[in-house]
Amino acid sequence: MNETLLINAENISHQFANKPVLQDINLQLHRNQITTLIGPNGAGKSTLIKILLKILTPTQGRVAHHHNLMIGFMPQKIHIDPTLPLTAKRFLQLGLNNVQKRNAQKPGNYHSTGLEGMAEELGIRALLNQPIQGLSGGEMQKVLLARALIRNPDLLVLDEPVQGIDLQSQSQIYQLIHSQQQKRQCAVLMISHDLHLVMKHTDQVICLNQHICCSGTVQSLRDHPSFIAQFGQTLPEHALYQHQHTHCQHGDAHGD
Amino acid sequence: MAIDHFMLLALAGGLLAAWLAAPLGVFVVWQRQAYFGETLAHSALLGIGLGLMLQLNLTLAIVITSFLIVFGLHSLRRNAQLASDTLLGILAHGALATGLVVLSLQGNIQLDILGYLFGDILSIHPSDLIWMLVIGLLLIGFFSRHWHDLLNLTLNSELAQVEGVDVKRLQLQMALLLALVIAVAMKIVGVLLITSLLILPAASARRLARTPEQMLGYSFILATISVLIGLTLSYYADLPSGPAIVVSALGLFLLLLFKKQT
Repeated sequence: MNETLLINAENISHQFANKPVLQDINLQLHRNQITTLIGPNGAGKSTLIKILLKILTPTQGRVAHHHNLMIGFMPQKIHIDPTLPLTAKRFLQLGLNNVQKRNAQKPGNYHSTGLEGMAEELGIRALLNQPIQGLSGGEMQKVLLARALIRNPDLLVLDEPVQGIDLQSQSQIYQLIHSQQQKRQCAVLMISHDLHLVMKHTDQVICLNQHICCSGTVQSLRDHPSFIAQFGQTLPEHALYQHQHTHCQHGDAHGD
Repeated sequence: MAIDHFMLLALAGGLLAAWLAAPLGVFVVWQRQAYFGETLAHSALLGIGLGLMLQLNLTLAIVITSFLIVFGLHSLRRNAQLASDTLLGILAHGALATGLVVLSLQGNIQLDILGYLFGDILSIHPSDLIWMLVIGLLLIGFFSRHWHDLLNLTLNSELAQVEGVDVKRLQLQMALLLALVIAVAMKIVGVLLITSLLILPAASARRLARTPEQMLGYSFILATISVLIGLTLSYYADLPSGPAIVVSALGLFLLLLFKKQT
């Protein structure tokens, strides 16, 4: 594996109870590159992420990680039982549990930011001593982002980071993701229903509907018929994303 | 005096059982596994029945049966399209009923079925205490080594896995330890009441604790108090000891409901 390649997935297919979920996916994630994975509900986005993270073993194909790859993961939603007495601060500390010994083996300069500094940067300092179950949706997403970031990841994986939170927090979180990526020069893989704020900064867009419908830079995809059908003929700077996915059924030729 | 000797054995057995249950109990509560614990406890009766029939060591028979039940649960979850609580209910009571049937088939042996169901603290033998001490050492090793990993697993298993926790292995080890603790603690409170020994001290401790470690600490304290009160009641008022311990734990729980949650 060359130095910039972080994850290489080859010929991934997956089935749940004989029902195909993913078919023949090839995907590379490179250092310092932002990849956005889009697709309708049931397209297999979360399944693909789990396979890339090696949480799930695919029915076919293989996934290779770069040696000592440090991943910061932000799951889609997290439910913490109220019987567990835990402050946001302790939640973040627990995220550092297996980090020291792994980072110790890792050469190079990564931006080491302590827990307090991270909380300051993400604007969650005031939340640190609160019970984790009492946080609002947007606050919880920031805490989850902080937990992913304090690991000094080479790759940040975000599964629908703004789902179910209010618009103002959404744009705040996108801005935090973008500024942290710029600062740390890490790779980002993000699942999104909604492309409008991420659009400008994404290097690679992958449109998934069980197979990869189309992929490429936003620029190159502008003229792709399958992409135009999703985002409209002209792509405004803040393209409001409305997913029309009837064109992208299996077996259909792209570009109806 | 003979009675003092019995009481000392009962006290040691009761305290050890409660202490073994405490660390597993907090995780059972945090992970919403109470019904899973109940299912393992009920399957212990089937384990005893099969152990007597096949003339195996009873603790071993209970642990093997628990594992068959765990694997059965996993394959049913994948194939049977029923909700988890339905499956657990089927397995728990299926195992309990099958256990009672198997036990009643051992016609010529005089068996104390009530003792298995509700505990018989006077049947404690010094060798039981040694078993409990050995399992206690296992638990201390397991929880002190994996405490943070277990907390992370409880928070979110996928996040824990990405962060380098061997989730499947820990879950399996925890189920094995739970089966072992049930196997030795059932002499004290019986298969029908053992879940309460797991969850009542933990649930009460939640009212007092601000951190996971405090909750574990208060669980130990409350479990100890429950055993002491329960056995005292049992001794002086001639009550069945297992239910007396559980009633004491319940009393503490109700008392702490008046305290505002921290």
